[in-house]
Amino acid sequence: MDGFFVFAIDWGFIFDQSVKQAVDINAIVYALAAIGLNVHFGYAGLLNFGQVGFVAMGAYGMGLGITYWQTNPAIAVLIGIIFSVVFALILGLPTLRLRADYLAIVTIAAAEIVRLMARSTALRDITQGAEGLNEFIGPFRDLNPFSPGAEYGFGPFVWSGNRFYTIVIGWTLIALFLLLVWQLMRSPWGRVVKAIREDEDAARALGKSAYWYKLQALILGGVIGGFGGMVMALGNATVQPDFFVAPLTFFFWLVLILGGVGRVWSPVVGAIIFWALITFIQNLGRQLVADGLIPTSIMDTTQVDQIRFWIVGAALALLMVFRPQGIFGSREEMALDAH
Amino acid sequence: MNTSLGLAGLGRRLVGVFILVALVLGLFAIFASPAMAENEMVGTRFVYTDLESGERVPAPGVLVTVDDSNGEFVGEGESDADGVVEIPVDGPGEYAMTVDPASLPPGVFLADAERATVSVQVLPNQVGRAIFQLANESEAGASAGGGVTFRRVAQLTVEGLKFGVFLAMAAIGLSLIFGTTGLINFAHGEMVGWGMLMAYFFNVFGLVGVFGFMEGWPAPFGGGVNLVWAILIAVPLGMAGGWVFDRYLFAPLRNRGVSLIAAMIVTLGLSILVRYVYLFAFGGVPRFFLDFTAQSGIEIGVIEITPKDLITGIISVLILVLVGVFLQQTRLGKAMRAVSDDRDLAESSGINVQRVISVVWIMGGGLAALGGVFIGLSEQVSWNIGFRILLLIFAAVVLGGLGTAYGALIGALVVGVGIQVSTLWIPTELKNVGALILLIVALLIRPQGILGSRERVG
Repeated sequence: MDGFFVFAIDWGFIFDQSVKQAVDINAIVYALAAIGLNVHFGYAGLLNFGQVGFVAMGAYGMGLGITYWQTNPAIAVLIGIIFSVVFALILGLPTLRLRADYLAIVTIAAAEIVRLMARSTALRDITQGAEGLNEFIGPFRDLNPFSPGAEYGFGPFVWSGNRFYTIVIGWTLIALFLLLVWQLMRSPWGRVVKAIREDEDAARALGKSAYWYKLQALILGGVIGGFGGMVMALGNATVQPDFFVAPLTFFFWLVLILGGVGRVWSPVVGAIIFWALITFIQNLGRQLVADGLIPTSIMDTTQVDQIRFWIVGAALALLMVFRPQGIFGSREEMALDAH
Repeated sequence: MNTSLGLAGLGRRLVGVFILVALVLGLFAIFASPAMAENEMVGTRFVYTDLESGERVPAPGVLVTVDDSNGEFVGEGESDADGVVEIPVDGPGEYAMTVDPASLPPGVFLADAERATVSVQVLPNQVGRAIFQLANESEAGASAGGGVTFRRVAQLTVEGLKFGVFLAMAAIGLSLIFGTTGLINFAHGEMVGWGMLMAYFFNVFGLVGVFGFMEGWPAPFGGGVNLVWAILIAVPLGMAGGWVFDRYLFAPLRNRGVSLIAAMIVTLGLSILVRYVYLFAFGGVPRFFLDFTAQSGIEIGVIEITPKDLITGIISVLILVLVGVFLQQTRLGKAMRAVSDDRDLAESSGINVQRVISVVWIMGGGLAALGGVFIGLSEQVSWNIGFRILLLIFAAVVLGGLGTAYGALIGALVVGVGIQVSTLWIPTELKNVGALILLIVALLIRPQGILGSRERVG
């Protein structure tokens, strides 16, 4: 039976897929979204349960910039940023004076509003409903320095020219934002933000406007998340509303907590580990079902793909109880409470 | 008392809870094997409200197809002059009926275009009923404009109140749990789904769906029971669920000094896990309870309401009144309000806070389960009701004042009526969005809610 087991599973394929997905577009999007969350939660202590809404805002802003307003790519990216900023203002202005959990409630609701509005027939003329935006990729592909027909990379890391282009952009953005976050958090601004997280009253007593600093942190993290959405849009050449479902936010949370909240590098490490693991489990599960080693009466191929939600849910709960600091964080950083 | 509890002990408990949840739900996916029988059919009746007469009229000539659970084609047909179509199938089991929207009469649409396919459970020698909600132009279209009549406002208000009392039952639990423990339970929607799905399970399968050896035993062991009995089983299961959550998960977390934010993220993880276990066990296609599904409305004054909605609405109001009397008059109820007001003060005046919290969870679980069954009865049974309801619960409790039971009640009624009446002006598909926008606006104007006190929000 053991011999059969080894034979039936294509381990080489599974490992190749896992290491490839660890640096592919999905991992980049998750890393960017989690860097934004890290600014929100890790440094400013803001409970953003709707990061997927910022990601959607970035993606739709850029996509609409090309398809609806017919602008050039640079202005489209700018529109994506503006969308994210406006979203942050809508969420932050009413809630940041209140207890931390109000922001959590409003963000989770607002992210769902964005998805429902985007797929509604009322806004169909603008957002193209459930089919989403599919016509924006041309102007970006025109700027591609790589040859679309050729393949780039080595070993398991081989991509077509168009995909490789997006991956280069994505990792460049990650590097830039990591540098930005690292420098910002060492700056006076970062120290004020962290002070507010630790003790808002103390920071206020020193004359710092906690509200204003928290709003700035919300905008910054939201814009970084918005760039995640833009990379997603470039990579998939489409922006569809049902990509931005609520559980995605908690995938980002798991990525952040896995790496360690409040550490500059942790979102990237978390995203790499997350995608390697999820791809491994998913591909293994699919092959087990395909080979009949898991009978279809228990689970079929679509249900294998749902396993990731079980893993994310259970991992999120278990990590928060047993190792809230993740892999690299320190426990003290996570000993936060709702102010 | 549990402060000495080690990591390993807590781990065992947590793993225990997860296994329990997964086991119970995973098992109820295993359906009873189909018995021998011959006269099974899948059927439906198409009716819609005629714009000119305002009457419910049948829709003839609508084309439907039926597939079995493997997606294999079984049969097709066309509705007759009474709007009825019945298609013979090979035996009991699960089928899916799909309607061809293009064959609907002019100006008539599916109320929810995504629900062109519904799943039907066919029992031996019975006709499995599929239900398609049809809408005419004014019901489906955006900005109905001149359609604002007293009759429609009254009708929508009653429908809103009905949904509002269901929502209130779910919301009171969340608000009381927040009031007594400070925890926002993001898995509360899944407690609503738990009641709905358990009632469906006992309504359709009975325990034989889990324990095959009970084949041939009397219901609810060997088969499904009437929905009334299924509710009487589902609600205690909901209470048990609430008790288990508190006793084995959140009480240990509190005693370990895990922060509220961490506990909140735990509830989030739990909600995703449980919701997708529901999907695994129940499947993605919405279904209906076996009893009381196809009822025609009765007219009361200017409004029309189905008997099931009327009865569940009245039961809900009675239960909400009982909850109010309980909170106002009984020792335990007063203790709950005391703990909500000031936990330390309550504790030092001799109230057993752990016990109060435990009762709050049990109550919250039971109310959420009942609300879930009623929502499932008035709409449909689906795996992801939890998330939709959670957002509306948030809108209700924030609007009413987070942490107060009466605030949750008022907030839920406002949200319920608001989303129904708003469909006079905005498309039906966006009615929930309206409620969520109301939530944000309410926070801008009056963050403490209608009944909340200011110091709680700062």
